[in-house]
Amino acid sequence: MEKTIKKFFPIFVLPTMIAFTICFIIPFFLGLYLSFCDFTTVTDARFVGFDNFLKIWNDATFVHSLWFTSLFSVASIVFINVLGFGVALLLTKEFRGTHFFRTVFFMPNLIGGIILGYIWQLIFNGILSYFSRTLTFSPTYGFWGLLILMCWQQVGYMMIIYIAGLQSIPTDLYEAARIDGASSSQKLFRITIPMSMPSITICTFLTLTNSFKLFDQNLALTAGAPSDKTEMLALNIVNTFYSRSGWEGVGQAKAVVFFVLVAILVMFQIRITHNREVQQ
Amino acid sequence: MKKKKKASRRALTILFSVISLVYVAPIAIIIFNSFKKKAYITSTPFSLPTQKSFVELQNYVEGITKTHFWSAFATSLFVTIASVIVILICTSMAAWYISRTKGRVSKVFYYLCIFSMVVPFQMVMFTLSKTADFLKLGNPFGLILVYLGFGAGLAVFMFSGFMKSIPIEIEEAAMIDGCNPIQTFFLVVIPILKPTLISVGILETMWIWNDYLLPYLILNLKKYATIPIVIQYLKGGYGSIDWGAMMGMLVLAIIPIIVFYLSCQKYIIKGVTAGAVKG
Repeated sequence: MEKTIKKFFPIFVLPTMIAFTICFIIPFFLGLYLSFCDFTTVTDARFVGFDNFLKIWNDATFVHSLWFTSLFSVASIVFINVLGFGVALLLTKEFRGTHFFRTVFFMPNLIGGIILGYIWQLIFNGILSYFSRTLTFSPTYGFWGLLILMCWQQVGYMMIIYIAGLQSIPTDLYEAARIDGASSSQKLFRITIPMSMPSITICTFLTLTNSFKLFDQNLALTAGAPSDKTEMLALNIVNTFYSRSGWEGVGQAKAVVFFVLVAILVMFQIRITHNREVQQ
Repeated sequence: MKKKKKASRRALTILFSVISLVYVAPIAIIIFNSFKKKAYITSTPFSLPTQKSFVELQNYVEGITKTHFWSAFATSLFVTIASVIVILICTSMAAWYISRTKGRVSKVFYYLCIFSMVVPFQMVMFTLSKTADFLKLGNPFGLILVYLGFGAGLAVFMFSGFMKSIPIEIEEAAMIDGCNPIQTFFLVVIPILKPTLISVGILETMWIWNDYLLPYLILNLKKYATIPIVIQYLKGGYGSIDWGAMMGMLVLAIIPIIVFYLSCQKYIIKGVTAGAVKG
């Protein structure tokens, strides 16, 4: 059977492989090479070694955006997961309308980042106008604005994953706890949370990578204003490429650093989930 | 005891009704602001349109002419539907081949697909746009090819994961009965694969429909645009935003998403959860 299938290689695999090579493999390795070059277009590349990488750390905007992104990621992990888990806990109780409420909470997740950004820009500016301020008055406003936006978008998504996790906890555990006279907070900390660890791990890393790679929402809500102080890593890289001529090489080097950071986070995630699977 | 429980249930329903109202408020605000005069949108965004501020459909008309919205809508719709169909067919075929044959090429290809899921778009953004330029891919058809290449990672990964659980005996029986691999795939494998096809389809649809940066860099913007591109375009060069047109266009951009959500909600939630657990 394998031999007959192999004859059909051009039909089954070739289209995907060609598209994948053009759109991913070539750009990836070319990008890796170009990060060591000085260039404005691909054809005039001149090898300069680690120059671009050294320049990154002298670029204050990059270092700032790295801090801003890290801080934002930590904050969004905490807020989105605590809210998502809390809502999931309440919505797995029996009362009228749980299904409808789940539908409502999940809905913003489907709206694109650019659209979300402008919706919330209007709302935040509307609220802040009562204090005669605007969203771009201070980077702190931009930070919290972006956080509220991300909570609105992602809490429903995490809630769905948490609900799936909560529903798979065997009910006899709770029954045993009830017979032993456990209080509801004991049930929460001794049964519900430990049994939800797989979904907590998934959601933590989802929120982490989502916030770390955030671009559209950042561009539409503040676009880095005031003076690039709310610029996140992805936006910083794009701006380095397209609004600072002569900095293409540095932009590509930043992109490589960005890739390495994301790869480290993902490896860390795989390691943790893998370990947990072994334990079970 | 029973009475107390009933009361607390009712309290929860009321509490969540209030929260839900707050939750949909942003969308409601956008909708009623889209019927107000420009000056009133930014000065009093939280008040309903009054006789003085009401402008009928002027914001919509202005926005549509300014952004050529319908043409962007058509491009978005065409690119999304065509890309998703192409991705589903091509990658499921590739995944089947990979999981049913042993060879160095398919193994390397599979691991590269997984690897590509880790790589952020900014890493390949510049070189991809130059490659696409060089190959003249700056039109909707070229964009479909780019989405196939870019969506391949997740799709091949999810399909291969599912293929491993399909018993190979069914396919062997079909082949012995005289099916060639193409018939076997489309008549036997595809029907079994249906749930995964829907999940992957939903994930890719949500990604492509909302994607901004990739089409912005690939498409020839003088001729083509997608919905996120025209919305970002309403922000002028110096950061000034035409809020009237913006409100109208935001509403028009949200309506298809809500219709899509309400009509296939069950599949969307399932697909998204499947993607999260695997990804």
